[in-house]
Amino acid sequence: MPKLITLKKAISEFVNDGDAVYAAGFTHLIPFAAGHEIIRQGRKNLTLARATPDLIYDQMVAAGCARKVIFSYMGNPGVGSLRIVRAAIEKGELEWEEYSHFGMITRLQAGASGLPFLPMNQTGATDLEKSNLQIKRIPDPYGGKDVIVVPALNPDVAIVHVQRADKNGNAQLWGIIGEQKEAAFAAREVILTAEEIVDESVIRSDPNRTMIPGIVVSAVCHVPFASHPSYSQGYYDRDNEFYLAWDKISESRESVRKYLDEWVYGVKDRSAYWKKLGEKTHKRLKVKARYSERINYGQY
Amino acid sequence: MPELKYSSAELMIVNAARLLKDGDVVFVGVGQPNLACNLAKRTHAPNLVMIYEAGVIGAEPERLPLSIGDPTLVSGALSVVSMYDIFANYLQRGNVDVGFMGGAQIDRYGNINATVIGGYEHPKVRLPGSGGSQEIAAWANRCYIMTPHQKRRFPEKVEFMTSAGFMGGGSDRENAGLRGGGMVGVVTDIGMMAPDKTGEMLLTALHPGKTVEEAKTNTGWDLKVAGQVKVTEPITKKELKILQEELDPTGIYLKGAA
Repeated sequence: MPKLITLKKAISEFVNDGDAVYAAGFTHLIPFAAGHEIIRQGRKNLTLARATPDLIYDQMVAAGCARKVIFSYMGNPGVGSLRIVRAAIEKGELEWEEYSHFGMITRLQAGASGLPFLPMNQTGATDLEKSNLQIKRIPDPYGGKDVIVVPALNPDVAIVHVQRADKNGNAQLWGIIGEQKEAAFAAREVILTAEEIVDESVIRSDPNRTMIPGIVVSAVCHVPFASHPSYSQGYYDRDNEFYLAWDKISESRESVRKYLDEWVYGVKDRSAYWKKLGEKTHKRLKVKARYSERINYGQY
Repeated sequence: MPELKYSSAELMIVNAARLLKDGDVVFVGVGQPNLACNLAKRTHAPNLVMIYEAGVIGAEPERLPLSIGDPTLVSGALSVVSMYDIFANYLQRGNVDVGFMGGAQIDRYGNINATVIGGYEHPKVRLPGSGGSQEIAAWANRCYIMTPHQKRRFPEKVEFMTSAGFMGGGSDRENAGLRGGGMVGVVTDIGMMAPDKTGEMLLTALHPGKTVEEAKTNTGWDLKVAGQVKVTEPITKKELKILQEELDPTGIYLKGAA
């Protein structure tokens, strides 16, 4: 069933005030375009879950979209502190729920598998367990040591950016595949943004690469460059300069407001944003091709 | 021969690199640990397998990775898997030899705080949190940390235990059922520490020109000194050249101490 719609329509249809949102992607394929669209549409009281909140949630928290964050590493990756989320937590203005990466991802895995919880081995570091009562320990029913359990995370909406998808939402991604598949299966609704919309025959030519099947997808949106300042492997590079620049921008409310006015509220959509970034930036983020060897699926 | 000039970061990176063995499977962080691993791979440990928590196995980065998920880690790697797989099949299952830790504080028993200064509910300084470190510290066979030797970084007891070293000491770690050997080496800009039988960190080595007194003054507990304190081998020209010319030519992670 074709699900190809604009990102504007997808956000307006599938993201509601108060929803739990999981914008997936570990450093790679972070769906910034969707985050910006949520800001433009003025969503409020969202619970924003991500292993690494990254700049996308820093911006959404700054814009007043969030009531709560769920995370496992709150930093500006490779740069330093994630200033806005951090300050909001330090001032008590934002609720938070925290896990280790494995705890966070195990929550999604449980959600994706339709289980109520999943176990992990003990780590000896019990302070987080004491601070977050969602983390529990139970006896191993088979007589081993107690295990740590975390509850399923089933977001209302997962947003996943991919390199290519067909119009039905069968999606292929490569490079760092973080927790995209788990987020998609765990969520009630899935919004896909894709660098390219391809014919179904392209997907069928390499079925092992399809991580997210159309049957769990609610909307597919064609949004090239949707992950800038993050990256899409093989399409464009990570904009490390912007990650560094954000460290300065996020130092004051005024400069954040100015940034949002100019780059989020002041642009209609991702294509206007990309154009506004300009030739010099486009050129800087270009990557040289490096193809994999072809494989033979066989004609049967 | 004129004496080599190097930063305290370079001193720590070189000494950390020497702790790695050929064939080790290493869980690598970006920044200085990444440089230490790549230096080891280009010197005494060509068969080192670098694993990144983003899910990359056998990375051979052609440029300096600037984040834990840098695309250069992927191109040419042996395998790329999901985060659930990297933590479950690789780390929890026991397929990782070495974990390189980071963190704001490390205490007498090698426990690490990367979460918070001040109370958890009303933090004075909110740090990034665990990321992968809680499980790496528990399940890698050996853990190392590089950190400048400063009193505030070496408290008697961490305010929040993000990752376990030897916990309260003695058989705590064993009793908790942790598979890995824990924090077996601390590399600072003054020297090196390693645990005794009880898990307490002792001063085991000094870098050339450094003194026991300096180490004691800059440690937040009454630092005990191992029976024989070694002096670390001086940095070689070759090691410095690889770091400065091949791995981090603009000095992003080589300058200064932290």
